[in-house]
Amino acid sequence: MGGLGLREVWRFAWRGITANRMRSSLTVLGVLIGVSSVIVLTAVGTGSAVSVQQSIQKLGTNSITVSALGGGRFSRSANSNAKQLTISDATALNDPVKAPDVKSAAPVLQANGVSCTYGNLSSSPQSVIGTWPSYFEAANSPVSAGTYWTSDDVVAGRPVVVIGTTVASDLFGTDSPLNQVIRCHGQSVTVVGVMKTKGTTGFQDGDSIVIAPITFIQRSMSGYGSISSIQVEANSATTTTAAMDEVTAIMDAQHKIKAGGSADYRVLNQASILASSNQSGHTLTVLLGIVAAISLLVGGIGITNIMLVSVTERTREIGIRKAIGAPKIAILSQFLIEAMLLSLLGGLSGVLLGVGISHFTILGVKPVVSLSSVLLAFIVSALIGLIFGGWPANRAASLRPIEALRYE
Amino acid sequence: MTTQTATQKSLVVKVEGVTKVYGVGETAVHALRGVSLEIEQGEFVAIMGASGSGKSTLMNILGCLDIPTQGDYWIRNLNVAELDEEQLSVVRSQLIGFVFQSFNLIPRTTAANNVELPLAYQGISLHKRRERAREALASVGLADRGGHEPHELSGGQQQRVAIARALVTKPAMLLADEPTGALDTQSTKEILELLHEINRSGATVIVITHEEEVARAARRMIRLRDGYVVEDVKWVA
Ligand SMILES: Nc1ncnc2c1ncn2[C@@H]1O[C@H](COP(=O)(O)OP(=O)(O)OP(=O)(O)O)[C@@H](O)[C@H]1O
Ligand SMILES: [Mg+2]
Repeated sequence: MGGLGLREVWRFAWRGITANRMRSSLTVLGVLIGVSSVIVLTAVGTGSAVSVQQSIQKLGTNSITVSALGGGRFSRSANSNAKQLTISDATALNDPVKAPDVKSAAPVLQANGVSCTYGNLSSSPQSVIGTWPSYFEAANSPVSAGTYWTSDDVVAGRPVVVIGTTVASDLFGTDSPLNQVIRCHGQSVTVVGVMKTKGTTGFQDGDSIVIAPITFIQRSMSGYGSISSIQVEANSATTTTAAMDEVTAIMDAQHKIKAGGSADYRVLNQASILASSNQSGHTLTVLLGIVAAISLLVGGIGITNIMLVSVTERTREIGIRKAIGAPKIAILSQFLIEAMLLSLLGGLSGVLLGVGISHFTILGVKPVVSLSSVLLAFIVSALIGLIFGGWPANRAASLRPIEALRYE
Repeated sequence: MTTQTATQKSLVVKVEGVTKVYGVGETAVHALRGVSLEIEQGEFVAIMGASGSGKSTLMNILGCLDIPTQGDYWIRNLNVAELDEEQLSVVRSQLIGFVFQSFNLIPRTTAANNVELPLAYQGISLHKRRERAREALASVGLADRGGHEPHELSGGQQQRVAIARALVTKPAMLLADEPTGALDTQSTKEILELLHEINRSGATVIVITHEEEVARAARRMIRLRDGYVVEDVKWVA
């Protein structure tokens, strides 16, 4: 460094920074805003994608739902021989030979407009369903208190129910509902279990539910007609696609659908919904990423501008330093260290601010900070500072002293 | 060959056929049209001439702040044209002290820090250069102003800080371009006295001036007109 120690250069750089506090703080502010906005925006994007994923994962990725196509309103006109789903469809799906990837299949019978009472308290569950015990596994719905009823209860059509937490708190408050007798649709039923809380998805309250043996619902509430859907569970998340193919084959046979004919039922899987929501979550992240990149760019232009102005402003000073014997390398390293210190200071405080802001919920989204966005924002801002601080400094330091001194 | 001549006479400056042209074509300005000079170690030289005659242009070339368009320039026995960027900075640092008409102190930097700066670029330790900066400031009568920034000092004081900065390295020659141009008569007197003191301690001093009395105090006067040397007189003090 031409006789000048590195410590001296650092001292000069520090003096340069503190000599003009306004200019220095503006530079730091520019970097800070750029870096923190990139971090926060990408964190919000990732956060919203993650929250969509989580709410879908709650439903269970192994779950397959078979439902009748146009079973209600459109059936007669569109497809006169469309068959409804029946209990025998569900029985046929529980076939370890034809459907090795299916763990269980349970019919689901929905009873409408049912309300339940206990003493003078009442509750109107969003769904009252009759099914088989395997439903509890298939729908990813474990019981948190008590147990669920058994196959025996289904065979005997016993009046036993498992209720969701919303129904439980409607009727019992904080008391235990276990083994209490409530009245639903004029029938006395015994509560044997309470479902684990599932949470709300949109308007769907997953906890406003009453689940009884299907035979009991048929006998007392809905009659012995068709069922609403069949809840199928695959052996594992990886065999879901195979299980869906097997379900389709069996259902085609059950409903006598010829190859290439249009089915009168629909097979739906949570994984496919998950995949499409991942897709839209990804789109959102990319979109916010672009917004963030633009703000980094704008921040970068700000830094560039301040650096250019400050070096131009100091070209005279560079001329003086050269006139009294400063070698080019000493001037260059001083300005590079100044630029680096300012960028690092701005970058670090930007990371702190960005990560800090990301601890709050923003627009209903819990942001998830990704390391890559932190690194990217930090490196880009540091590079901008170095390049646009170093380049004009290099230009000025290459001038003859008299040219630098005359610079206006 | 020329190098030999330079050493024989203990020349500090030897200039031969130096021209300086600013700009090109129609608008070209011929600031120096062929200047040849020899200045020996220890001389006190005054450069005079009308405004625009090329005094500052010559001085900037002598101080290695600018390069001539044509001609040769030796400092001691170094051919300046052959020096690279880094060697030039060493020459500026070790051999030359330059005082500008407009002071050219580094703003927002204390007088002491301004004065010690050339020593820092020579790689002298912090402790030593503090000491020498203090001495240099004391020698220009500003021992108590080391902690002041340029804007807190009068014009005369700023120029004295600039002189302290130029002499702190004990340069072989001190170049001053109208050092008293912006000062009152009292400050002018003090500055001139300072320059003579520096000269007495052995340094070559070259000063540009418009004032006859400054020139009379020197032992040699060079007059420029339109880029030519038109007068070069020495007298014994
Ligand atoms: N950077 C430049 N570009 C173009 N022309 C210049 C430049 N510097 C000086 N000149 C011209 O060169 C000539 C000599 O200028 P110089 O500054 O050497 O004069 P000077 O003798 O120092 O005058 P003064 O006494 O006013 O300071 C002038 O005509 C001036 O206009
Ligand atoms: Mg001049």
